[in-house]
Amino acid sequence: MKLFSFKGGVKPDPNKTQSTALPISQAPLVARYVVPLHQSVGGTPRPIVQVGDHVLKGQRIGDADGWVSAAVHAPTSGTVVEIGPHIIPHPSGLPTDCVIIEADGNDTWIERVPFALESAQPESVREYLRDMGIVGMGGAVFPSHVKLSVPKGKAIEQLIINGAECEPFITCDDRLMREQADEVIQGSALFGRLVNAARVLIGVEDNKPEAIAALKAAQLTLGAPVEVVTVPTIYPTGGAKELIRVLTGKEVPGSKRSTDFGVQVFNVATVQTAWRAITLGEPLISRVVTISGAVGESRNWQVPIGMTIADLVTLAQPKPDADGVIMGGPMMGFRVTTNDAPVIKATNSLIVTAPGLFPPKPQELPCIRCGSCATACPQELQPFELYWWSRASKFEQLEKYKLFDCIECGCCDYVCPSHIPLVNYFRFAKSEIQAEQREKHTADAARDRFEFREARAEREKQEKAERLAKANAARKAAEAAAAAETPATENLAEAAPDLSSHPHQASTPIAVDNHPVLDASAKQAAIAAAVERARIKREQHGAKSGSDAS
Amino acid sequence: MDNILYAIAVMALGGVVLGALLGYASTRFKVEGDPLVDKIDSILPQTQCGQCGFPGCRPYAEAIAKDEADINQCPPGGDENIHKLAELLGKEYKPLSEEHGIEKPKQVAYIDESTCIGCTLCIQACPVDAIVGAAKQMHTIVADLCTGCELCIPPCPVECITMETVGETLDTWKWKKPGTRRVIPILPVTTTAQAA
Repeated sequence: MKLFSFKGGVKPDPNKTQSTALPISQAPLVARYVVPLHQSVGGTPRPIVQVGDHVLKGQRIGDADGWVSAAVHAPTSGTVVEIGPHIIPHPSGLPTDCVIIEADGNDTWIERVPFALESAQPESVREYLRDMGIVGMGGAVFPSHVKLSVPKGKAIEQLIINGAECEPFITCDDRLMREQADEVIQGSALFGRLVNAARVLIGVEDNKPEAIAALKAAQLTLGAPVEVVTVPTIYPTGGAKELIRVLTGKEVPGSKRSTDFGVQVFNVATVQTAWRAITLGEPLISRVVTISGAVGESRNWQVPIGMTIADLVTLAQPKPDADGVIMGGPMMGFRVTTNDAPVIKATNSLIVTAPGLFPPKPQELPCIRCGSCATACPQELQPFELYWWSRASKFEQLEKYKLFDCIECGCCDYVCPSHIPLVNYFRFAKSEIQAEQREKHTADAARDRFEFREARAEREKQEKAERLAKANAARKAAEAAAAAETPATENLAEAAPDLSSHPHQASTPIAVDNHPVLDASAKQAAIAAAVERARIKREQHGAKSGSDAS
Repeated sequence: MDNILYAIAVMALGGVVLGALLGYASTRFKVEGDPLVDKIDSILPQTQCGQCGFPGCRPYAEAIAKDEADINQCPPGGDENIHKLAELLGKEYKPLSEEHGIEKPKQVAYIDESTCIGCTLCIQACPVDAIVGAAKQMHTIVADLCTGCELCIPPCPVECITMETVGETLDTWKWKKPGTRRVIPILPVTTTAQAA
């Protein structure tokens, strides 16, 4: 098969052999699990359990909120002791709502029902995967069911299963492919069927010969319609866009989706987990995590989601000079703010750091315009230009230099002779631009609501005026009609005595010929009558008081 | 003499033709509304709080465009907005005028639901319809829609509305700008001269 290549890239020391020697081991049960509700891109799942509830292993505890969201499940059986904010592994160190489960030690599974795939509609397969919490396990945690819906009018020519795993220290996919090759192959074939792909390609870097051999053997035995392709080892081949480039020669711009070019990419662990969800009824409640660095035993563990980093690090026997933990790899990972944070669906690797292993980065020096960053950038950007504009906070210029095409792979940081933390500048600029867009969005919404309110007030005022005018007109019309009927039924003379007692009705005979003068005289008569009544009353009263006095 | 007349005639003809062209263009490409007001309005934060002395952001934008109001009367927009307005209008930057208020972090109103008597006065005061409730029913604020204008506070007869500062969440958190670069010290020339 003809392979392509992308521009740039770097070759950092892989540091993978330390953790590939030992097989994946099941992490032992611990007392307490912290399961964040928000673990994937998109909406935050709503908790569907309450404090005090007993939950079973694999029971759904958070329901997907909207289409772009994925459910979360209990990693073991036990009691929900708290639902509230807890710190999760995130560069901000901010807390988010988590469900905290105290394990009962029995690890009892909920009833697992395989999904009837043959009789299912594509839509219900996607809903099922959403409810099983299946998300991208390469680190991006994008809900997989969303990626499985192919836009109308588009066909998937190549479905790429990403087993490149290019980042140093991380070997979770490598061990998974070696040990669960048949599940990876079957999962790949399953996803190929779901998106109706013409070809399914599993791309694996050539520094994992054992994984490639295992996958090829499994493919032969199963006879599955997938191809295992060996790709050259160069960082960041494992980036979705780079792997698409290497395997298909297609270049996907930042503003487009890969499906527009007939390609879709999933991680090997994602297809394996999805396959288990469909054929065994197991939701995503654990994942393979590489733990390496300054530890006594570097290896891969099958870790329940929610186990704290501290518990996992203890298993690996950290060295005495260990001073922190990086989640992810050394190129794209970040330092976790506290070891109390749990392992989440995105945690593919934990690297225990020590001063000797990761010396502090030298002081940032001025940019010398050497252009090394532009040569190394796999996205063919000009990091130095992006850096200048980011540093000057001239965000509008960054659009021109395609800041949002940056995949934050860190190649520019790696080659920069001035040790400039370029990616951090780009992250800063990206989050500033996103915050500005958010603010603009809320301001626009507030303006719309204000204008709508103003328009509504205006409309209500008009309607009120109209109603008033209408009521007036109706009253006038009724009066006119009543006046027209009166002379036929009533004698003018009979009506006359009423004049004094009912001034309102008294206007009736006047309206007959619609003469304002008569109207006025009737009014005067009514007033006179009222005055007369008042006078009589007063006289009576006066006489009474007079007699009282006498 | 004829030459002069020709010249005048040609120039006059040119004037008439070009004038007609300009006249046509001005009607054909007429811009509806005042684009300057729209531009100013898009910079303003749309809090609709009236602290600037105008009944809403758009009236203030109109006043700025007519040069009837200064650019430093919007406390919710703060310093950043004054800079943006100064740049847009080619005016000098001036600090926020204190008589209109001070810049505060983003806040939203919060109704103490046990105190609320359901009088609907705050609902009538809210410029962006962010309060829900009915007469003699408890009211509540839709926090996502609240602009933090504080207009609901004065009408409340039981003082059950308070302003709460919106903290940073995972969704609104921003990466900080990396630290400033070290300045390379400039060594005096004499050291080199002495060494030599």
